Amino acid sequence: MDIIPTIKQACKKYGNDRGRLIDILWEVQNSLGCINEEAMGLIASEIKSHRVEIEGLVSFYSFFSDRQKGKIIIRLCDDIIDRHAGIERIADIFSEELGIGIGETSPDLNFSLEYTPCIGMSDQAPAALINNVVVTNLTPDSARETARQLKKTLDPSKLVTKCGDGNNAHKLVNAMVQNNIRQKGEVLLADGIPAEAGLDNALKKASLDVIQAITDSGLRGRGGAGFPTGEKLRLAQKTEATQRFIICNADEGEPGTFKDRVLLTERASLVFEGMTIAAYAIGSNSGILYLRAEYAYLRPFLESVLENRRKTGLLGKDVRGKKGFDFDIRIQLGAGAYICGEESALISSCEGLRGEPKNRPPFPVEKGYLSKPTAVNNVETFCCIARILDKGASWFAGIGTKASHGTKLLSVCGDCAKPGIYEVPYGIGIDELLKMVEADDPAIVQVGGASGEMVGRTSFGRKICFSDAATGGAVMVFSSHRNVLAIVDYFLEFFADESCGYCTPCRIGIVFLRERIQKVMHGFAEDADLGYLKDLCKTIMMTSRCGLGSSAPKSILNSIERFPLVYSSHLKESKDGFQASFNIQKALDESRRLAKRTSMIYDPVYEDEAD
Amino acid sequence: MDKIIIRIDGAEIKGKPGQTIMQAADDAGIHIPRLCDVEGLEPQGSCRVCTVKVNGRTAASCTQPVADGMEVENDTLEIRNYRRDLVRMLFHEGNHLCPCCEASGRCELQNLAYQLGILQPDKYPYLQPVRPVDASHPDVMLDTNRCIRCGRCIRASIQLDHKNVFGYIGRGINKQVGVNGKNLAQTNVDIHDKAVALGTCPVGCIIQKRAGFFDPIGKRRFDLHPAGTKVEDS
Repeated sequence: MDIIPTIKQACKKYGNDRGRLIDILWEVQNSLGCINEEAMGLIASEIKSHRVEIEGLVSFYSFFSDRQKGKIIIRLCDDIIDRHAGIERIADIFSEELGIGIGETSPDLNFSLEYTPCIGMSDQAPAALINNVVVTNLTPDSARETARQLKKTLDPSKLVTKCGDGNNAHKLVNAMVQNNIRQKGEVLLADGIPAEAGLDNALKKASLDVIQAITDSGLRGRGGAGFPTGEKLRLAQKTEATQRFIICNADEGEPGTFKDRVLLTERASLVFEGMTIAAYAIGSNSGILYLRAEYAYLRPFLESVLENRRKTGLLGKDVRGKKGFDFDIRIQLGAGAYICGEESALISSCEGLRGEPKNRPPFPVEKGYLSKPTAVNNVETFCCIARILDKGASWFAGIGTKASHGTKLLSVCGDCAKPGIYEVPYGIGIDELLKMVEADDPAIVQVGGASGEMVGRTSFGRKICFSDAATGGAVMVFSSHRNVLAIVDYFLEFFADESCGYCTPCRIGIVFLRERIQKVMHGFAEDADLGYLKDLCKTIMMTSRCGLGSSAPKSILNSIERFPLVYSSHLKESKDGFQASFNIQKALDESRRLAKRTSMIYDPVYEDEAD
Repeated sequence: MDKIIIRIDGAEIKGKPGQTIMQAADDAGIHIPRLCDVEGLEPQGSCRVCTVKVNGRTAASCTQPVADGMEVENDTLEIRNYRRDLVRMLFHEGNHLCPCCEASGRCELQNLAYQLGILQPDKYPYLQPVRPVDASHPDVMLDTNRCIRCGRCIRASIQLDHKNVFGYIGRGINKQVGVNGKNLAQTNVDIHDKAVALGTCPVGCIIQKRAGFFDPIGKRRFDLHPAGTKVEDS
């Protein structure tokens, strides 16, 4: 097959712009089923890049592949919640029905089966992405039915029988996803939020006054880091530049987080309104919504919302009739990389680079996207901006605690009767939340996802706010029959997979952490191993280049400190001073099998079948 | 505004605007160990060996700009421990067999290990990866078993040779240095490129063919200048 026309067309669609490489690669992969060596070379020559750079990107993003994949790619969500909900059994069923294992593609190139980290559906686990179709609440029966139907129709869109609630039933979303909104607060999910009230108020003010209002409200970033939003906008505004950018971070990859999914579904216009206000505040004419590839099913809908805003003068030239304020937004689809949730990595990705964090300083507010001042904020933060401009800074500051203003959208999942979205004022106690979600036997609450904090029973009195148990939104509940070490091991596996590999401690150290945790799990570890772990955690946290590395060891330190009995029950005493790090009998089994005889040293009776 | 005074382990030194801590330290004759950073290339900040504490917080000195009044901790027990761990990690990540490596004696990783008092890296498990050797090119070969992902060849090729012979591929522990073609012979690399010049690769990954073991033991780079006593001896 001559792939040259396809490649040329894909590159041309994005103006042969190197900076739009992610879009070009999506285009090529969607047409060819992969981006193979030949395609890499052709793309490189079209956009005046180098093959190795293209290969660098394809091998970086997990949704890209250099090998031919099936027409239908089944991505099973492999996070800890889905594991507890039985994703492994579901995987077996798909495997059985399709005749391929995990990571394999069927010989007829119809199916590929793989695992992928959290797809943002932990409230309806086990879940899977089948191309862009989300299937949720899988059971062994429904999984078998799904696989059979796919084999028959070869069309994932036919799987959608009953749409979810709200905009999930919108014809451009058409998804079986449920919003699971359990509690509405007054800031984000309240009914009857007036459209464009915030934008209209903002445009009546001077841009600096808009920033002042946001500063006065005490709004802090909702993505997890909690940087004061007003300050961020002020810094971006005051940096001398010919152009400035607004980026909305909709790459919620933190395992157990799905609150942005719901905002994008039900509050899309509010998100864009917030972005427009922020653009007005800092003097930006261009914005990007960075949408994680797992949420690609929302893209047609989001594009239509943007198109509507353009048609009604809410985007484009002289926004809302404000002379000289031009602003538009494009959607940048990600390609499967948790690290791109880190703002500078996200910017790299928008620029068509490997999603690696940038050296800081300079910070994005000084030198961000295309080296221009850029304000990157979370989806929820932009919604808050629109609401603050509508209802006023003091209204917002009056909600929550003294230091954590407003409400927080929590996505709660795991061992509770009512997983879903809760909009609560900051300062809510974990115990109070656990009552709301009807968790009857909570033993561990993971606040803030894999990079967050592991809270044990004795600390359920703690409050969810910036100064206590901080979270970007994820709250995972684990009951007393869950294995702490398996949870920790999962987090480490996740971070090892998602580390960009840029810096030494994160790339290598996390692999060593996992090795030692598994040693503990298998009962070979001693007291000294805990010292080793703590020591290694410290080096990784202190020397890593970005937040991924510095937060990856947290679950180990938390669990050693808060669940010491779990560790001590797994440790063994060393009688002879030697450390056995593996089971010698088990290790010898394969040699015995291959050599067809027992071991002269390790087996009491030496048998040689050859004799 | 132009006056920048910082203190490294208590010693007051002058810095210039736009300089990194590493550059200011070099100018003042204070040695900060490093691997991925080398004079003439843009700093990358990836090996983290040059980690220092700046006003109590860790930062890579090769990328951190100087600012007046900075209090920098460099040669302290805590920092030395981090550096030792990082150097060990690099040994354990690849396959580094010093006795049979022709870079022995001029290898910056080996030198750094000695400098930090590591005689036998045995703290961590050996990952013992299976990595290819690319001997396709007539003049240059790659033994990727020894690659430490410092990216000096990548940057030299881009910034000095304007060629893009090398580039990063993969991610996480699978991140590696790839070449711009099926193998090295398919690229436009030339023996005279800075990217493959002696001293660009800090270890024994990039090897010039027919030129191995040219310095006898006792006269190798780090035999002559004991570890860490001279900042720039390349």
